[in-house]
Amino acid sequence: MIFVNSEELSGFEGVSVLELIEKRKYKTAFVAVELNGKIVPRAEYESTVLKDGDKLEVVSFVGGG
Amino acid sequence: MSVAVDFEMIKSALIERHGEEVYNTLKNARVAVAGLGGLGSNIAMMLVRAGVGRLLLVDFDEVDITNLNRQNYYIKHLGKKKTEAARELMWQINPYADIEIKTLRVTAENVSEVFSGYELVCEAFDRPENKALLVNAMLEEGKTVVCGSGMAGYLGANSITTKRLSDNFYICGDRVTDSGDTNGLMSPRVTVCAAHQANMIIRLLLGERDTD
Repeated sequence: MIFVNSEELSGFEGVSVLELIEKRKYKTAFVAVELNGKIVPRAEYESTVLKDGDKLEVVSFVGGG
Repeated sequence: MSVAVDFEMIKSALIERHGEEVYNTLKNARVAVAGLGGLGSNIAMMLVRAGVGRLLLVDFDEVDITNLNRQNYYIKHLGKKKTEAARELMWQINPYADIEIKTLRVTAENVSEVFSGYELVCEAFDRPENKALLVNAMLEEGKTVVCGSGMAGYLGANSITTKRLSDNFYICGDRVTDSGDTNGLMSPRVTVCAAHQANMIIRLLLGERDTD
């Protein structure tokens, strides 16, 4: 079980941050991702693998400013 | 008619309102504002009014007539660089504020250099890909970022909030409402979001890390 923006999700253990972004239909260019309170560098989305209990915050920016 | 205002007058006026300790802390603070549209043009004014002593303003664009519905510029600024127009207005509030301007587009290649020397960065861009680029780069460098996301249209102002996502990452806005042709940005909601961002920045400068 992992948590994405406080929502419990199963089946993502062993999956990379990049795969999760794609499966959840986020646009990679629009997001900032924090794993257990720490920013995941963009260059490490593919190599960062999720494990049971991880808390992920995916911020997907919207336009306007 | 203009009245001569010198450094000591501004200093004593700010101390009268905020007290000497707050004055000194804000006077010695440095803040970067990235983007000078509806968010940034208002945020920068609020920060200079509060007495923030050193500001970096970054924007590539010029003032257009379609900006006047929400951005803090006037007809006399049309065609002028936003960095220069914003600084001109800010110096009418405090001509002794140290305001550095960079008229350029922020890219993955230059982002680190553009914001070097500033540990507190206010994200006020328009496009989501530019917001994400800046926020990721600054957080990867361990800087503190206050960003804006979701302030289009005329939904209730109460849906705009300040949230702390981690130690040094704050986001203001409703996080949902995208700007688009039929859901344009309007002055009140954009300014509410700008005020959330400016307020959080002042809180951080004064040692308050929480949002409430």
